[in-house]
Amino acid sequence: MLLAELPALPLHTAGKYVAAAYIVLFAMVLVYVAIMAVRMSRTERELGELLEQLDRDGREPSGGDAAARRSPGAVE
Amino acid sequence: MSSRPYGNGLRALSFATVAAITGALALVFFYAPLEAEQGFLQKIFYVHVPLAIVSLCGFVLGGLLAIQHLRTRDPRWDMRSYVAIHIALIFGLGTLITGSIWAKGSWGHWWVWNEPTLVSFLIVWLLYATYQPLRFAIEDPERQARYASVFAVTAGAFVPLNFIAVRMSTSYLHPRTLSSTSNLPGPMALTFLISLLAITLLYATLCKYELTAKHTRAQVRALRRRLSGETAPARGRSAAPVALPDGAMPAAPGETLGARFGAGSAPGTAG
Repeated sequence: MLLAELPALPLHTAGKYVAAAYIVLFAMVLVYVAIMAVRMSRTERELGELLEQLDRDGREPSGGDAAARRSPGAVE
Repeated sequence: MSSRPYGNGLRALSFATVAAITGALALVFFYAPLEAEQGFLQKIFYVHVPLAIVSLCGFVLGGLLAIQHLRTRDPRWDMRSYVAIHIALIFGLGTLITGSIWAKGSWGHWWVWNEPTLVSFLIVWLLYATYQPLRFAIEDPERQARYASVFAVTAGAFVPLNFIAVRMSTSYLHPRTLSSTSNLPGPMALTFLISLLAITLLYATLCKYELTAKHTRAQVRALRRRLSGETAPARGRSAAPVALPDGAMPAAPGETLGARFGAGSAPGTAG
């Protein structure tokens, strides 16, 4: 095959291919970071909920009511 | 155990990655000379080839970490193997796309089916693309981890074999990178090595980032369980391995992860 012997593309033509290749790399990293940011914000929200729950439990009087609130499924 | 077993050094690694990528880009566009045959188009070489090398090394690394998991039965090794393969798969996709763009500019075709290097890389990538569906198909976390490790070891051994087989083939269309790097002019070789370092650092950073995120999420879930008084964590069907929170020990030889993590008790809760 003679494909390898094709002449070099001029700069104005090759530039768009080079730009596309580098944009692909940065787009991939950006998408990955965006997905991770969504996950982080979800984790942050969950942590906030847990802190609120801790605050609520801390203010409530000790006894059966507080223990009942701590039963499985109370958080959900 | 430290409270930040995966997050330690993440900031320094991130800064090193940004510095290496910036340096590599500066070298690619302002230092490396234009190649005589391909001209400016050859600049794709500095992103495509490091992506391919790091991706294939990531697959092999996943296999090595899986061996460690099979030896110790510690789910943390399974998690590391999973993350190594997951990120390598993303890098592999980048290799295929950038290679396709380069092929279009250089050969006039997006893909050349009779070129062994291209097709073999596609086969390896497709092989690893089945890794996540395989994991997802197995609900019991212990069996999932074991089968995934066996897959990772087998496929990891296939990568170098495939590499050697392609080298022994007779096509001359695709440039032979590792044998011709020593023939590159000094500035080109230096630029290539810095680019390879930058992509390797990016891989390491993303792996560490992913491991840290999964570990943090496991910590939050453990805290939620502790507050709600649950003893066994609910875990639905998921491709991701079990992430152990701080202080949790790997399953004892007689204990199954399935019993420990309540496989299938609450579909859709794991992610």
